[in-house]
Amino acid sequence: MAALPLIEKEVVDTYQWLGSSEFLELVTLSELTPGPIGINCATFTGFKVGGVLGAASATLAFCLPSILLVTLVFHFLSYFKENAIVQHFLRGLRPAVIALMAVAAYSLAQKGIKDWFAILLGIASFVFLFRKKTDPIFLLLLSGAIGVIWYR
Amino acid sequence: MIPLIKREIVEKKKMLTEEEFIEGLSVAQSLPGVMAVNTACFVGRKVEGMLGSIIAISGAVLPSFLIIMLIASFFLQYRHLEIVQNFFRGATPAIVALIAGGVADIGKSALDDWEDLLIAFFLFSLVIFLKLHPLWIVLIGGVLGIARKK
Repeated sequence: MAALPLIEKEVVDTYQWLGSSEFLELVTLSELTPGPIGINCATFTGFKVGGVLGAASATLAFCLPSILLVTLVFHFLSYFKENAIVQHFLRGLRPAVIALMAVAAYSLAQKGIKDWFAILLGIASFVFLFRKKTDPIFLLLLSGAIGVIWYR
Repeated sequence: MIPLIKREIVEKKKMLTEEEFIEGLSVAQSLPGVMAVNTACFVGRKVEGMLGSIIAISGAVLPSFLIIMLIASFFLQYRHLEIVQNFFRGATPAIVALIAGGVADIGKSALDDWEDLLIAFFLFSLVIFLKLHPLWIVLIGGVLGIARKK
């Protein structure tokens, strides 16, 4: 989820592969589908821009940094675990990850919540998630179904 | 998902010992990136080297890859329909709530004190008000971590 602002910046602003409403749909679809949301976003965007080959290369490209980093770190594992600078850097990423997730929520809200009914739906969803621990997928489908009825 | 992976790899197939798995997992979780990919990468590597890594990651990614392609090909055909558009209009507020809930949830365990919270808020403002590229946030966060020696 913390990767969303980064994906949005490059996919929507820089390369304009998707419009901002398409990006919203993409996030919803990725959330509804099993699997890591970042990978789902990459696959979807790649597929839209370049078919099966596009999907494959986007997915690979999304995984590549993790693969290189993990391989590198496990190769120098003993050094990595004792190195204070590396540990402090990783610890410092925590607030950054939270900030990026908040950015994702803010920018989706800005684009997708445009009327009072949507504000109501958002608040209700939040309450159900937190107080009633409703299953997120069920909540999404329900909220979408309510949208179909209300906006008809 | 972790208990599932552990049961297959440690208890059933005995590819790694419990200690090896826990130790590797703690490192893989501390690194940025998708958890499933990081975990698959280190388990594959331990068992069968570079080739093992590649096979394990393919196994972790392939199911969602295929599902998304299937859904995308349907979706791109029908996305202009009004009923589909209204579905997304209704689902978006729930997505926002979901991510906001994630921020609150993960924030509670990841931020230790008001200093952490302040930095998170500062980094958030950098993107929203100064339009800084999100990549900078990761770098600044890390460097601040080194400066604070936490």
